[in-house]
Amino acid sequence: MEHKSLPSISQPDKIGCSLPPLEVPPSKLPPKELLRQELGLPEVSEGELVRYFTSLSKFNYGVDTGFYPLGSCTMKYNPKWHEEVAKLPGFTSVHPYQPIDSVQGALRLMSELQELLTEITGMAATSLAPMAGSQGELANILMVKAYHQSRGDKIRQKILLPDSAHGTNPATSAMCGFKAVTIPSNDKGNLDIKSLKSMMNEEVAALALTIPTTLALFDPQIAEISQLVHERGGLLFGDGANLNSLLGRVKFGDLGFDCVQLNLHKTFSTPHGGGGPGSGPVCVKPILTDFLPSPSVTKNRGKYIFTSSTKTIGSLGAAYGNFGVMIKAYAYIRSLGAEGLKEVSENAVINANYLKEKLKAYYYLPYDRTCLHEVVFSGKRQKAKGIRTLDIAKRLLDYGFHPPTIYFPLVVEEAIMIEPTETESKETLDAFIDAMKKIAKEAEENPEILHTAPHNTPIRRLDEATAARKLDLRW
Amino acid sequence: MNPKECKYTSEHEWICPESGDKGKIGITNYAQSQLGDIVFLDLPTSGTQVEKSQKMGEIESLKAVSGLFAPVSGQVLEVNQTAIDEPNLVNEDPYGDGWLVRLELSQPSEPEALMNSDEYNKFEAKLSQEGSK
Repeated sequence: MEHKSLPSISQPDKIGCSLPPLEVPPSKLPPKELLRQELGLPEVSEGELVRYFTSLSKFNYGVDTGFYPLGSCTMKYNPKWHEEVAKLPGFTSVHPYQPIDSVQGALRLMSELQELLTEITGMAATSLAPMAGSQGELANILMVKAYHQSRGDKIRQKILLPDSAHGTNPATSAMCGFKAVTIPSNDKGNLDIKSLKSMMNEEVAALALTIPTTLALFDPQIAEISQLVHERGGLLFGDGANLNSLLGRVKFGDLGFDCVQLNLHKTFSTPHGGGGPGSGPVCVKPILTDFLPSPSVTKNRGKYIFTSSTKTIGSLGAAYGNFGVMIKAYAYIRSLGAEGLKEVSENAVINANYLKEKLKAYYYLPYDRTCLHEVVFSGKRQKAKGIRTLDIAKRLLDYGFHPPTIYFPLVVEEAIMIEPTETESKETLDAFIDAMKKIAKEAEENPEILHTAPHNTPIRRLDEATAARKLDLRW
Repeated sequence: MNPKECKYTSEHEWICPESGDKGKIGITNYAQSQLGDIVFLDLPTSGTQVEKSQKMGEIESLKAVSGLFAPVSGQVLEVNQTAIDEPNLVNEDPYGDGWLVRLELSQPSEPEALMNSDEYNKFEAKLSQEGSK
């Protein structure tokens, strides 16, 4: 079906609403030279406008319409009753500056969420202030910096990062005035310990590590890594992006991490489509609690109050973080309970490994070992036939699936990263596997159908290169 | 495929020495094929002093943003404005119209330490085999 843009269905002098006759004296218009001759607004009837937006809404594809293998990295299924909880008037009608005695319930929720996240991560304290995962990272690196400076240790100018790190890790390090230095991974996808040994010295402020890695592999050398970093006075910073595979099984604190940032909008299932809002709490060991961003919620003589740590790195925005996201994360944790959270990770990991085993005969698997919550294939085998990973992703659209993450992580050639998450049934996974197998067969027998995919979508293949080279952001 | 008259770095830049201690610089065919469609070039301006192995610019493709490293030290004499306007030239003709900058070398002997085309061919073959695992 062809979809026409709003300006293209516009006809001169059509209107979508009728205004009543003017009953007040007209006011004087600004001088002519300040007025535009043409506003460029589309002129359509009410019916046309309704149909236009309704037809657009039917093109939506998301986790509520079908399998969405971007997984927790982007957004996993959000249980609907979280919305009901977040809509309770006691939560929606509060104001950041109303008297503290009148918002004790909201503060209690924040305080308990702090405790729950502290427990889940095995750390000493949590701040809910950061409003996104990236801001949580920023808070952590700022705390690392403040920690070293408070000890008079000013020669630490570097942050070490594995080559598989999320791009935000080096960016955050640079923003905080550190030099980001990359450590290679070994052929098993783990951190190369030899390189760490040679690079870890008194100039290093911290090692930033994602566990499991962006390849969804658990690095079994973590105890040795932690020891190497701490022996030379460095701190271990954890990126909690992949916590979905560890809930109730592994605690960051036990692994030796000094600080970690979580993404409530990923692991704890809160909606964050369209770029926000997120929530990126930071959880820290005792050596960093004094530096936590403000405010924290504490209980004092039976009353919840906002407090600030003694050497806080400061506040990260107005008010107290994204409260609505906190409510949903709290509801998620409390409704599942400790056992339920364990099952979340268990099912997420089993689902990813199921896909791995079913598809590894069809797509090259660079790291053939048990994965955690996601699996990374390479389109290398298909590339030899002239098929790129982008073609495979576009063809998936024809089969009615949202494509998985592609071309990330960068350490894998033609990467295809599939994260099914815990809520998908075996039937859904089998349907996806079936589509992936068909595409692998097409790559052998009918490559042209992949090059020109998608064929069944309202909009066919877009020329992304020209769109990026010749930016045109207005119509 | 990789021209004999050029020298190569392990970061996949090439330098083609010219008379008068000058040299043209670009990225290799392997680099452009790994990056995919290049959409934006951030190159140093004329007169900039660049240091061997240090970052002198950025190349953005649909897939990623990559650093461009100076294969040798020197001063930028000329920048390929046509390639900046049409970055697809780097994909289509990485050793010809898709060159990036011309340098005046600070140490004319510096390119000698880099890989020759035979060595780079082997290096590239090895990487392709490993599939950049």
